[in-house]
Amino acid sequence: MNSFDELRRLNAARWRIAIGLTITMMVLYFGFILLVAFRKSLLATLVSPGLSLGILLGALVIVAAWILVWVYVRWANRHYDSGVAALRGRL
Amino acid sequence: MGQPALRQWRGCAAGAVVTSSLDEPNLIAIAGFFIFIVLSLGITYLAARRTHNAEHFYAAGRSITGLQNGLALAGDYMSAASFLGIAGLVALSGFDGLIYAIGFLVGWPIVMFLIAEPLRNLGRFTFSDVVAFRLRQAPVRVAAAIGSLAVVAFYLIAQMVGAGHLIQLIFGLPYELAVIIVGTVMLAYVLFGGMLATTWVQIIKSVLLLVGAFLLAGLALAQFNFNPLALFQAASDQYGPGVLGPGGLVSDPVDALSLGMALMLGTAGLPHILMRFYTVPDARTARTSVSYATAIIGVFYLLTFILGFGAMVIVGQDQIRNVDAGGNMAALLLAETVGGPGFLGFISAVAFATILAVVAGLTLAGAAALSHDLWVHVIRDGQASDQEQLRVARVASALLGVLAIVLGIAFEEQNVAYMVGLAFAIAASANFPALLLSIFWRGFTTRGAQASMLTGTVSSLLLIYLSPTIQVDVLGNAAAVFPLRNPGIVSIPLAFVVAIVVAMVWPEPEAASGFSELERRVHLGDGEPVTDDDFRNS
Repeated sequence: MNSFDELRRLNAARWRIAIGLTITMMVLYFGFILLVAFRKSLLATLVSPGLSLGILLGALVIVAAWILVWVYVRWANRHYDSGVAALRGRL
Repeated sequence: MGQPALRQWRGCAAGAVVTSSLDEPNLIAIAGFFIFIVLSLGITYLAARRTHNAEHFYAAGRSITGLQNGLALAGDYMSAASFLGIAGLVALSGFDGLIYAIGFLVGWPIVMFLIAEPLRNLGRFTFSDVVAFRLRQAPVRVAAAIGSLAVVAFYLIAQMVGAGHLIQLIFGLPYELAVIIVGTVMLAYVLFGGMLATTWVQIIKSVLLLVGAFLLAGLALAQFNFNPLALFQAASDQYGPGVLGPGGLVSDPVDALSLGMALMLGTAGLPHILMRFYTVPDARTARTSVSYATAIIGVFYLLTFILGFGAMVIVGQDQIRNVDAGGNMAALLLAETVGGPGFLGFISAVAFATILAVVAGLTLAGAAALSHDLWVHVIRDGQASDQEQLRVARVASALLGVLAIVLGIAFEEQNVAYMVGLAFAIAASANFPALLLSIFWRGFTTRGAQASMLTGTVSSLLLIYLSPTIQVDVLGNAAAVFPLRNPGIVSIPLAFVVAIVVAMVWPEPEAASGFSELERRVHLGDGEPVTDDDFRNS
């Protein structure tokens, strides 16, 4: 495989991860917004004293954003950077 | 909402029985304010000695580390509007405030996945560098500068108006004088210290804001055994279980989605945020800085949510409304109630530092659009000496500083949170679609980019004008032509569709042939800073 094919493969892998994670974030966030808009009473349900489902899910969206960023950074540091390093100087 | 809230409370506080000392000049706030100014001007002096060329002025010599840039990104992003505004929103309507807090955070993963690293590897000072990379320079840069300046103007108005009211409130100064002071101090950072001074002001502000928010949340939660759920329970006992679930703030589902889209995609189109990625040495550091920023901003908004509930229970909604109908003073009232006037002074000084840092970042981004994009690349065709670039950048900053003061005074009566929401909607419509497509799509063209950026800017501005907020609330008409308060759900897809259709109808083979080099550069960068020659089309 020549360097250009390797670059193309790295490019495809980077965009696959990036788009997959972007779509996941959008589904989670817009899912939450749609629940807020259309299922108000469901979100008002109490999970435990003082904690409604809405507050729990909202906090989880923030946690999910952290996790998705962490997944990306881990992938990029482990796989993407070494791919870039292997190509550097050859292209 | 929708009222010039702070002024209003000054009027009513005189007559009402309010036990807050908020209407008297606070010595600790004034001391904190001066310490911050002296400290930040000292940094500016040190930074000025290292600012010799455009690379230093716009990009701090690309010397900023990942953690530093993460803090500075957070400092550029966490405005007083979100600190005071969201805390107030939560204090008065409970759960609904969380919707905004989350919206401001979820843009960051998008910046990370789609924008940060390609931007760092492809550009030099502005995001227009990336859009213009393989397209024709002048037309793209003119359109990008229009979009950037529209965003910067709306954002500046929001910050300057917020700053004016806050300082007027805390120090008892006239509004106009407060706006002039903020504009002048900010301009000193930008003019002399450039991006390096601005970065350090943002870092210090970020740390101060986090420390302040942690202390305040800690003091509030101490009354509930440090258990947020006990605090929420107390709020529910006092104001009914409704405060823990969605309320009336999101009455129209489509409007909620529209606002959500604008908040999520707008972050990736804010010129002052995008510019910060050029201050780090490479793409990997850009990545690290976004992960720090996302962590910090998430923590900050979770704390803000707790502050809002703390103010609701400990200060009480009636007291908050008495002081300011919009709730904007909730966090400051909470600080006074749990920590006394000294702590109130500290939090007020932090809020002031917050505004200065954001305004400095905005001015720098506007100056880059005027001088780097318009002057150097359109008027001088990329042929400007370093000294000339630096001179033009400083002149542009000074002009923007004056403009910020004028806008701040002219728009005194505008609602701050609303203007920030609009800035996000314009950024998401004008800048984000063209930026993404230029990195992502081989078939993108100069005309497509131009059409997309202009359509995004014009359609979002027009729809804002036709919205109920302007037509009904401001102009007093019975109904509005456009039913939504936020234009995002129409203007963002429209900018994408126009970009794609125009690019397909008028293909540009030269732009497509430059895409392979762009793909190489997206991943490999250049090893060394990209030069102007790389941007000139053959």
